[in-house]
Amino acid sequence: MSIRHGLLALLERGQMYGYQLRASFEESTGSTWPLNIGQVYTTLARLERDGLVRSLPESEAGQRPYEITDAGRADLTLWFATPVSRTDRPRDELAIKLALALTTPGVDVRSVVQTQRAATIRTLQELTRLKYASDRPEDLPWRLVLDAMVFQAEAEVRWLDHCESSLVRHRPTPPGAPGSAGSAAPEGTVPRTDEGARR
Amino acid sequence: MTTADGAVLEVRDVHRTHGAGPAAVHALRGVSLTVRAGELVAVMGPSGSGKSTLLALAGGLDGPSAGEIHVDGQRLGALDRRRLAQLRRRRIGYIFQNLNLIASLTAVENVALPLELDGTGARPARRLALDALAEVGLPELGDRFPDQLSGGQQQRVAIARALVGERRLVLADEPTGALDSQTGEAVLHLLRRRIDAGAAGVLVTHEARHAAWADRVIFLRDGVLVDSTAPLGDVAQLLTGSGR
Repeated sequence: MSIRHGLLALLERGQMYGYQLRASFEESTGSTWPLNIGQVYTTLARLERDGLVRSLPESEAGQRPYEITDAGRADLTLWFATPVSRTDRPRDELAIKLALALTTPGVDVRSVVQTQRAATIRTLQELTRLKYASDRPEDLPWRLVLDAMVFQAEAEVRWLDHCESSLVRHRPTPPGAPGSAGSAAPEGTVPRTDEGARR
Repeated sequence: MTTADGAVLEVRDVHRTHGAGPAAVHALRGVSLTVRAGELVAVMGPSGSGKSTLLALAGGLDGPSAGEIHVDGQRLGALDRRRLAQLRRRRIGYIFQNLNLIASLTAVENVALPLELDGTGARPARRLALDALAEVGLPELGDRFPDQLSGGQQQRVAIARALVGERRLVLADEPTGALDSQTGEAVLHLLRRRIDAGAAGVLVTHEARHAAWADRVIFLRDGVLVDSTAPLGDVAQLLTGSGR
């Protein structure tokens, strides 16, 4: 999980300055990932250098707000649409991605869940195929390693199933987004998923 | 109408509606699926998504409200009751969570029953049944009654019954039931081996670890097929990819 995508997701709600971004980030991730303000400003500087955000004139109070650019929005959309690879995943990226998806306007959360589930089951299929092919007694240590990966991936799918049921039962409304950059979400609500809308 | 190349099961734009009018329940809405020889397809989805309905339709236990189902080149809707029953006995094997073993018959008699119902003589039916029991690792327990077998052994007998003879299509609905993880895995191993030997299979499960035994996983939601994983490559590619 890069902080940059977290900040882009927050800026998609509307323009914010550094301290607001830090507070919103911690709020979105249930304070499981504290950020220091230095990280926020360093990341904003890189995002601006890459053309993904732009800084706006300072307010009278000396606060400089940032807004997301079209390029930033495209980068964010790609991040949400791309499954996290199991091979190089920093911990908790997926949980944080879903938490942010829920509160980011215009994101089809069920599609994010399904994209990840299909990718994780794909990984499970590959691990199972390797296990099936490793049938000799001397393969046992390798099979146990594979089992560990199988159970981790299975746990992730069960959690995704659980997320999906929770989404069906209770769909939260994201916080108000003052100055929200015209997103696809009508009246600040996360739109309902149409069957296969992203297919 | 011809079937797709190598297809054992073809489900074409199938709908299944229970009831009518405002109270109608649409269990399946326009599902299409092709399963070829040597291919195992897993069906996943939340409760009520239509998984078991799809399996019942594929096995000719229920009929679609619209659409067509072909098994081994025959359109199920075009068969009369006698020919449908014959196709089910000869070509389709069912493995259900509820084993449906007959308590008053021994393991080998349970396995031989579908063959005998289909006109195979008692002696050859018994021989084929013993072969099937050997295939599932129970060569010596054929003369025991179901209540003399463990849960895992009973499930193996049910699998032997589903695989006996020349079944082209194996349909499994949560086949590992309440079995522990090792025994459940052994059951899936057996199913996989039979598929690799040339049968086609559909496995309904809510467990990702079990679905992962399939070549392809499809996802149903509210009676609609919403996603599908691509078929897997061969093991050599996987080993390279996994960096083992």
